[in-house]
Amino acid sequence: MFHVLENFINYNLLFMKYAFIIAGVLFIALTIAAGLIWIERRLLSVWQDRLGPNRVGPFGLLQVVADTIKLFFKEDWIPPFSDRPVFVLAPGILMITILLTFAVVPFGPDFYVFDSNIGILFFLGNSSLGVYSIVLGGWASNNKYSLIGAMRASAQMLTYEVFMGLSLMGVVMMADSFSFCKIVEEQKGGWFFIPQFVGFIVFFIAGIAETHRLPFDIPEAEGELIAGYHSEYSGMKFGMFFVGEYLGITLISALIATLFFGGWLGPSFLPPVFWFLFKTFFFICVFILLRASLPRPRYDQLMELGWKILLPLSLLNLLITGAILIFLK
Amino acid sequence: MISILRSMWLTFLHVFHKTETVEYPEVKPYLAPRYRGRIVLTRDAEKNERCVACYLCAAVCPVDCISLQATENEEGRRYPEFFRINFSRCIFCGFCEEACPTYAIQLIPDFEMAEYDRQNMVYEKEHLLISGEGKYHGYNFYKNAGVDMGVKGKGEGENEEKPLDVKELLP
Repeated sequence: MFHVLENFINYNLLFMKYAFIIAGVLFIALTIAAGLIWIERRLLSVWQDRLGPNRVGPFGLLQVVADTIKLFFKEDWIPPFSDRPVFVLAPGILMITILLTFAVVPFGPDFYVFDSNIGILFFLGNSSLGVYSIVLGGWASNNKYSLIGAMRASAQMLTYEVFMGLSLMGVVMMADSFSFCKIVEEQKGGWFFIPQFVGFIVFFIAGIAETHRLPFDIPEAEGELIAGYHSEYSGMKFGMFFVGEYLGITLISALIATLFFGGWLGPSFLPPVFWFLFKTFFFICVFILLRASLPRPRYDQLMELGWKILLPLSLLNLLITGAILIFLK
Repeated sequence: MISILRSMWLTFLHVFHKTETVEYPEVKPYLAPRYRGRIVLTRDAEKNERCVACYLCAAVCPVDCISLQATENEEGRRYPEFFRINFSRCIFCGFCEEACPTYAIQLIPDFEMAEYDRQNMVYEKEHLLISGEGKYHGYNFYKNAGVDMGVKGKGEGENEEKPLDVKELLP
């Protein structure tokens, strides 16, 4: 009897621990993503000699809350000419795929939802599934601009998917594992961005294209396509695309920090989670700086950069890394 | 590649620049005296209405926001019976001010005229008419005009010659 109770309590404690970690990861990811809306607007305004939102709450921090309330109360219009079930489903897919990937990202030495031995493949697979959200959203909208945006997005994301994976293979070879936790452990001798600098650059550019962030926001280029694949979306469905984009930035920044900059490794006077969040935040700021400073390339230039420069570069990186690793053995 | 990094660096340097934003309701910007804002109707130094209801402002207005009706008082002096400006249409181009032969209609540096009800944007004559002279002090149209409105005697106007005695011109 006592034994059963003990088992029960242990099981519950384990369950509580996982629930706590999952809630923590979700909380951190969603808070960063929502806070990013405010951070991006403030940072952009700093770089454009403006003030940015500073009216709602201290430093305009409650702007996000106000925006969310507004989005909830907006008319959630589903166009009568759209493909209704797919139209409703599409924004959810984006959120789900990105949030799922956060499960394998180690926030700290013991702070992760699960340590998958195929972590990187899990991430690549999920980001490939993310394309469906945009393609289906654009297709279901039954609007020519949405469709063009969705087509561009699918071509762009498929292109950059290819060498996003290839650029990570150098890291995988050096760490001898697909697991994010193992990769972070392996970086105790030195962060991977020095031996894998080419891989880092290629992954960074591919990451921008993958989240279709501003220099590469060709799927939603507002000058040409109104808002691209989410032209017909309103209310909280648009909000999900919007937050999904910021979640994507957070995810890519977190992965850059994890794979190339030692994840939660750092001087021990601060907790590891802090170092992880600090590095992530740094790359988020770089993403925003890119937005503030660079113009959008033409669509064919983007594809050319991908296929003609970055793909050979990542293949070359793979080859050289492999050769050196074999030579050292 | 270098140019991309350079432009990112130059953008980053803007952290150390001063912000250009004027926080409007707390800090009011300086408006030049000739700023084209709210439209007023002025009076001359004798506190009479300058407007002679010539319809030139209504004719020149590109958005047709001015409407008025001319009438005369018992002395035969023209004035507008009503004078109405629809500020929800007005584009503050200042053509009416340029067209006005009597300096009656003037644009002043005030733009804070937002309303919740669109109908409140329609200003009637009593809203437009001010008691002062606006930008042109001491100007009185009838001192220059040929028509006698009791302001000046014949030949006593500004830039006006004395009337000729026709009989002196005889050879």
